[in-house]
Amino acid sequence: MKAYTLWIIWLVAFLLGMTYLLVRMIFGEQKSEFLIGDTTYGHYQIEMACETCHTTPFGGQEVLQDACTQCHAEELEAAHDSHPKSKFTDPRNADLLAIIDARYCISCHTEHKKDQTHSMGLTLPKDYCFHCHVDIGEERESHKDLAFDSCASAGCHNYHDNRALYEKFLLEHADEPWLKEPLAQAGQALPSITESIDRQAALTPADANAPEHALETKVLTEWHSDAHSAAGVNCTGCHSSATEAWIEKPSHDQCVKCHSREVTTFLAGKHGMRLNPELTTSLQAITPGESEMSFHQDSLETRHGCNSCHAAHTFNTQTAEVTACLNCHADQHSLAYLNSPHGQIWQADPASDAAVTCASCHMPRIESTFKGEKFAVVQHNQNDNLRPNEKMIRSVCLDCHGLGFAIDALASPHLIDNNFSESPTQQVPSIDWAKAREN
Amino acid sequence: MKKIIPLSLLAASLTSLTGCGGEPAAKGIAPQKHTDSLFAVMNADRTNYTKLIIKRLGPDGVGAIQPEEHWKDFEAGAPLPAQMFRAGAEAVNEMTDDFTYSLQSSWPINKQNAPKTPLEKEGLEYVVANPGSNFYGEETLGDVTYFTAVYPDVAVSDACTKCHNEHKDSPKTDFEVGDVMGGVVIRVPL
Repeated sequence: MKAYTLWIIWLVAFLLGMTYLLVRMIFGEQKSEFLIGDTTYGHYQIEMACETCHTTPFGGQEVLQDACTQCHAEELEAAHDSHPKSKFTDPRNADLLAIIDARYCISCHTEHKKDQTHSMGLTLPKDYCFHCHVDIGEERESHKDLAFDSCASAGCHNYHDNRALYEKFLLEHADEPWLKEPLAQAGQALPSITESIDRQAALTPADANAPEHALETKVLTEWHSDAHSAAGVNCTGCHSSATEAWIEKPSHDQCVKCHSREVTTFLAGKHGMRLNPELTTSLQAITPGESEMSFHQDSLETRHGCNSCHAAHTFNTQTAEVTACLNCHADQHSLAYLNSPHGQIWQADPASDAAVTCASCHMPRIESTFKGEKFAVVQHNQNDNLRPNEKMIRSVCLDCHGLGFAIDALASPHLIDNNFSESPTQQVPSIDWAKAREN
Repeated sequence: MKKIIPLSLLAASLTSLTGCGGEPAAKGIAPQKHTDSLFAVMNADRTNYTKLIIKRLGPDGVGAIQPEEHWKDFEAGAPLPAQMFRAGAEAVNEMTDDFTYSLQSSWPINKQNAPKTPLEKEGLEYVVANPGSNFYGEETLGDVTYFTAVYPDVAVSDACTKCHNEHKDSPKTDFEVGDVMGGVVIRVPL
C-alpha cells in the first residue's frame, strides 16, 4: 500500500475518532472515558457530573476555585478557617506562594490523583507545614524536635479547623474530668425544628385522603402511630406535589417541604450529594456497592434516599439513628458499636438523653434559631463533623467528655476501630504544653 | 520614502481623531501622595477603633464587649485592633489589586507579622529609629515591582501597650503610650 493511501486512512480514522470523542463530550450522558484519573473519596459520587466542577473548559484554576468554594466556602467560614485565602494574598507572600500557592484549594487537594492522595484529600507531602513554619522550633521549645509531618496527624493541629484545638480553648478545658456528670447531650434538650411548623389537628385513619388503591390497613396503622398524622399531615401532604395529584413513592423533593434543613444537609453529604439539584448532571442515588467502605452484602444495591433510613409511614427515629446505619455499614467501627460503652448505654435505654447512637456523633442535633426560638436541627451531612475528626469535639464529644480525653481518643486509630471500647493509652501533649506556657 | 509619507499621514489623522497627540500627559497622583492619603484614612480608623470601641466598650470601659483573638467564639467577642486592621486589608484585597497593606512589627505577637522582605525590615527599623518619619522605597516581589511605603504605628492608648506588654508571646514588654510599636506597610504595584 502506498504511503499516500496510508495517510488518507490515518486522517479519516483520526477525524472519525475526534468527532466521536467530541460528540461524546458535548452530548454524551456518560463521560467516564474523559476522567483523567480515579476520583478521590470526597468526590467519586459526583464524578460523572463533570461540569459541576469544570464549569467551563477554558478558565484554569480560578474556575476550579469557584467550584470548590461553591460547595465548601460556607463550612470553611463556619470552621473559622485558620488558613483562608485572604491570609496569602499580600504580595509579601510571593516567595511562599511560589512553593505552595495556598490561595487555591487544588494546590493541596488535587483531584483525580487518587494514588497520591492522603487522608483529608491531601495531595502534598504531609510535611507541608514546614514551608511557612520552619522556625516554629525556635519559637516553641516544645516543638523543637517535632517532625513536620506530625503537625496535622497527631491530634494537635488542623490546617482549616482548629476550633477545639487552639491554645486558649485548650486551657479553658484543661482540667475537665474524662466523664462529665450528669451525662446529657445538649441537642437532646432542644425541641426539634419541625415542631415549629404550623400544626393542624391530629388525624385518624378515617381522615386519610389517599386514593383507594393505597389505603392499606398496615400503612394506615403505621401512619396513625406516627408524628405525621399527629401533626395533621394527611397522605397527600407527602404523596402529592404542585404538578402531581398522587405520587406513589415520594422522594426528598416532597420531604423538603417541611424538613428543609434536614434535606439541605442530606444533599450536602455523601448519602445525598448525588441528588443535589446543584449538580449539572442528574445522577441516580448512591448505593453502598459504589463505595470503597465495607458494607453488608445485602445492602450493596440499596439506593440512598430519605426512606432508606426513615422507613415510610413509621419514620422511627430510633431506628434511623442506629439500626438503619448498621443495616448497611459493616466496617470495624460500625461492627464494634453494639458492644461498645456507647452502644451498651443506648441498648439499655434508647430514649435516654445519655444514649449515644451513631447519629449522636455523625448526625448530631445542632442548635438552630428559627423565628427567634432555639431548636435542634439534625445535621444530615454526616461528613460535616467527621474529617478531621476533631471537628466533632465541640459539637458532640464535650457534651459528656473532657477535652483532653476527647482529643486523646480521637487521635487513636485503634480506639476508632473498636468504637472507643477502651480508654486512650497515648496522650496528646497539647494541653500540657499549653499549661506549661502559662507558668 | 513613498511608504513613510502615507503612514505618517495616517498616524497624524488617527492622532487628530483620538485627540491624543500634542496634549500633555494627564498627571496621575504620585505614589507617595497616594500611600500617604491611604495611611491617613487607615490611621484615623485604627485610632478610632482602639479608642472609641475597644477602650470605651471593652474591659477597661463599660465592659460591654470582649476584645479577644478568638472573638468569633464569644457572643460579645470583638476583634482586636490588629485583627480589625487586618480584616480591612483583606476586604480591600477582595475589591482591588491596586494596593495592599499590612501591619507589621519587629516585636510581633504573631511571628508571621514580623518584617520579611529586606525593604520591610529596613523600613520598620527606620520608622522606629526616626519617630515621626515615614519610609519609602521600591522592591520587586515575584515578578512585580512595588512602591512600598512604611508608616509608624504608634501606641495611641494604654489598651495597646497593656495588651502587648502582658501577652505571653510578646517579645517586648515595656511599650509606653506614644511608642512606635510597628509599622503599616502599603504597597502599590508600579
